[in-house]
Amino acid sequence: MLRYGYIIVPSIVLGIVSRISMLRVDYRQYPSYPQGVFSHFTLGIVSSSLGAVALPALLEREFSAVTFLALAAQQFRDVRNLERQSLENIDKTELVERGTAYIEDIAKAFEARNYMTMLTSLIVSVVIFLLNKFLIKFYSILIGSILGILTIVLFHKAISRETVGEIADIYPANVSFEGSILTVNNMGITNIGLKKSRKIFLEKAIAVEIVPKDENAIATLSNLGQRKAIEHNVSVQLGVRKDLDEPDFTPMITRDPDTGKLVFIIVSMEPDIECLIIAVKRTVVLESAKRKPLSSYAGRKAAD
Amino acid sequence: MNNQTKNNILAIVTTDESKIIGGSVPIFLARDEKERERIAILLSKVTLGMIHDLENGCYIIVRH
Repeated sequence: MLRYGYIIVPSIVLGIVSRISMLRVDYRQYPSYPQGVFSHFTLGIVSSSLGAVALPALLEREFSAVTFLALAAQQFRDVRNLERQSLENIDKTELVERGTAYIEDIAKAFEARNYMTMLTSLIVSVVIFLLNKFLIKFYSILIGSILGILTIVLFHKAISRETVGEIADIYPANVSFEGSILTVNNMGITNIGLKKSRKIFLEKAIAVEIVPKDENAIATLSNLGQRKAIEHNVSVQLGVRKDLDEPDFTPMITRDPDTGKLVFIIVSMEPDIECLIIAVKRTVVLESAKRKPLSSYAGRKAAD
Repeated sequence: MNNQTKNNILAIVTTDESKIIGGSVPIFLARDEKERERIAILLSKVTLGMIHDLENGCYIIVRH
């Protein structure tokens, strides 16, 4: 075992670095800090160890050790299930729900990141092993580590998701009432009965128009899960006025059936239109919501 | 919250009796505009529903 220490130790370290680089504690507070982060950090150590020892095990002719990788895959699928379940459970306690599509996306990301950790370790160990045949240990470890960091950067790029700002333009929009119908840029959203609520909407509501850049974006943004994700993200960042007994102020997104444009209205704690635009722009495009009709023959024909 | 009925009319509050014909929904008759608004608010607080205006003197309470 110690014979391969020069392969195993750097691989595990880089694997852990890759996991930590993906564990961001930001406004989403997911994974929750400190306990959620800690358990994912530990899982990161486990998966990087698995990636790191795969090659030395093969070198020792312990071919059965490779089946551990399959075990690891099973383990990470469980991580995904676990994340999904826990998010679904806490979703009921949210004023503005994440929605199942967003939850699925987060769970998928956790699984993928564990694989990323494992692969980073595996790549580093292979590189160090191969280089060690030509160079002294120190250089092979050094080059292996540098390549490992490059791998991490590449993986980051490969699994990073688009944001709404990249597939759509966001403009401020006007809020008004037609009788009891709340309208944004003349698009009817819902019926607000109470006069008091209408007054609050006119005074405090902020709204944006989300204009998709192409047919792909129209299809993606029409997804209900994607819309829920935007609502949730914005209400986490700007705060939401809604309470359980005041459902009038639930943030709402409506789609213009003619053009595919969306309008989004929210009565936030901080009515700042600039921040609203930034928050909408930075929402990720969900993997499960993404559609590409333009990549198909029929879709391209229909678009022009 | 999740096992409650959604998008159903829970109650009707009206000042105009002639606009309503029976049904399975509780109907609350109000004397004037002010009372109608008040009853609607009270009902919405209890049912956690949203108040919608039918613009004919009727409010409906719906939980979404």
